[in-house]
Amino acid sequence: MRSEATRGWLVISAPLLYALLLLIGPIIVILANSFWTQDYLTIDRTFTLDNYRAALGEPIYRDLLFRSLKVSAIVSVVTVILAYPVAYFISFHGGRAKGLWIFIITVPFWTGYLLRILSWKVILGYKGVLNSALLGLGVISEPLETLLYSLNAVIITLAHSWAAFAILPIYVSLEKLDRTLLEAAADLGQGPIRQFLRVTLPLTLPGVIAALLIVMIPTVGDYVTPKLVGGKDGVMIANAIQVQFGKASNWPLGAALAVTTMIIVSMSAALMVLALQLFRRLMK
Amino acid sequence: MSTSPARKILWAYVVLYIVILYFPVVLLPIFSFNDSATPTFPLKGFTFKWYEGLIGNETMLKAARNSLIVGSVASVGSTILGICAARAITRYRFRGKSAASGLIMAPLFLPEIIIAISLLVVLLGIGANLSLTTVMLGHLLICLPYSVTVLVSGFEGFDPSLEEAAQDLGAKPLRVLRLVTLPILAPAILSSLLVAFTISLDEFILAFFLSGSEPTLPVYIWGQLRFAAKLPNVLALGSLLIAASLILLTTAEIMRRRAERRLAGR
Repeated sequence: MRSEATRGWLVISAPLLYALLLLIGPIIVILANSFWTQDYLTIDRTFTLDNYRAALGEPIYRDLLFRSLKVSAIVSVVTVILAYPVAYFISFHGGRAKGLWIFIITVPFWTGYLLRILSWKVILGYKGVLNSALLGLGVISEPLETLLYSLNAVIITLAHSWAAFAILPIYVSLEKLDRTLLEAAADLGQGPIRQFLRVTLPLTLPGVIAALLIVMIPTVGDYVTPKLVGGKDGVMIANAIQVQFGKASNWPLGAALAVTTMIIVSMSAALMVLALQLFRRLMK
Repeated sequence: MSTSPARKILWAYVVLYIVILYFPVVLLPIFSFNDSATPTFPLKGFTFKWYEGLIGNETMLKAARNSLIVGSVASVGSTILGICAARAITRYRFRGKSAASGLIMAPLFLPEIIIAISLLVVLLGIGANLSLTTVMLGHLLICLPYSVTVLVSGFEGFDPSLEEAAQDLGAKPLRVLRLVTLPILAPAILSSLLVAFTISLDEFILAFFLSGSEPTLPVYIWGQLRFAAKLPNVLALGSLLIAASLILLTTAEIMRRRAERRLAGR
């Protein structure tokens, strides 16, 4: 009989190999590409850092990177703040229907990615649903022009798209919370607000950080939202990457932009995890 | 416990949150029945004409067929690979397991555009033609983490002693698989198939980069968005897609719950 480890590796080898071949392999190729140069249709494989110089030095790319990071940071913070009370409600007051609540909240996330973004275009447009509602209510006298095709439109749409993703990790950490700690705090005379601030929130912080990351990472690289509702001011780094692999046909530069994005996102993620650990050490 | 004012506010907040969450999803179907070429309020009247306009649209039907093919292959593939991964994760202890499963789950934590372009560069680099096959390869990759998640939760409660009992009674490994393992795990497997199919059906970025001249439904919709006059038809098609996703997901959820109950009952 083979050892348990060998059998484990054998069973997991097929999916692992698939991920290695179709994910890790291609990412290594992209990394290699980012150090090359493209001359029309031929790729010059001499090592160069020019693409990174362009990605970080040229104002257009630097601004796009910075803007994408800003958007994804705002989106993740907004999403998490709005999602926390919902996760809290389901975990503490969901009763037997917890699973159903989670299902109801996650369903929109799975349905019609493209169409939900289109829907925001319809809502935020000049003659859109929001403008006509505000006009009808007499809040405004002329339609607002700045709703659609702006950075705000991108932020609203992304925050809506990723709402469910933020709730899940927070919910899981709330479920793991030992409820007797809250009873102990109550017995010691702590009111509900202090119970929340001194027990619930610190202990569910890992879930909050996970939620921030799980929203931040995909939103940095979102392509469709800026394209459909962002207009000129809402262009993000993914759009620039796409142009390099499409019309502009400069793969190495596109690769360098992609790698830079990945590195910056990973660094921000690492920083957040470090901050969490520091916080925990201070709490002890 | 009495219902405190704070709890009432929380309840109202959650209701509002869910209303806003669903509002954009429900809005498009409303306009798809509206007798007007632009999606604006007030509504003009009820019509089926945008749906009728879809019938006989050859390009759209072709895209729908493409989506079905890609979704079927990707969901079956990701479920088969997912079963292997979930089995290894729930059944065996071995060094490097968390690294291996982390790698399989990685597509979940990467911007999709990066997965798409790196696949594109490699596929074009090895001289492959962009086709439905390349979309399938990509979709299988991004469906896998979801399949693994669904399957791991389905496999976790599975009692290995049932398989051992069958073996002790003289059943060969394949017979154990067919008569014991599969029937118990069937709901989880079905749920993984449905979830993966829904993800593939809905996926745009990878399909956009990898489909070449054979669009899937979302890629077809994307192309139609350039024509303002086609918008109502797009809304009708989109509403049908949303309805299909909803049915698939609800079925998957029912399956998942049945799996949970089945395992808990033993």
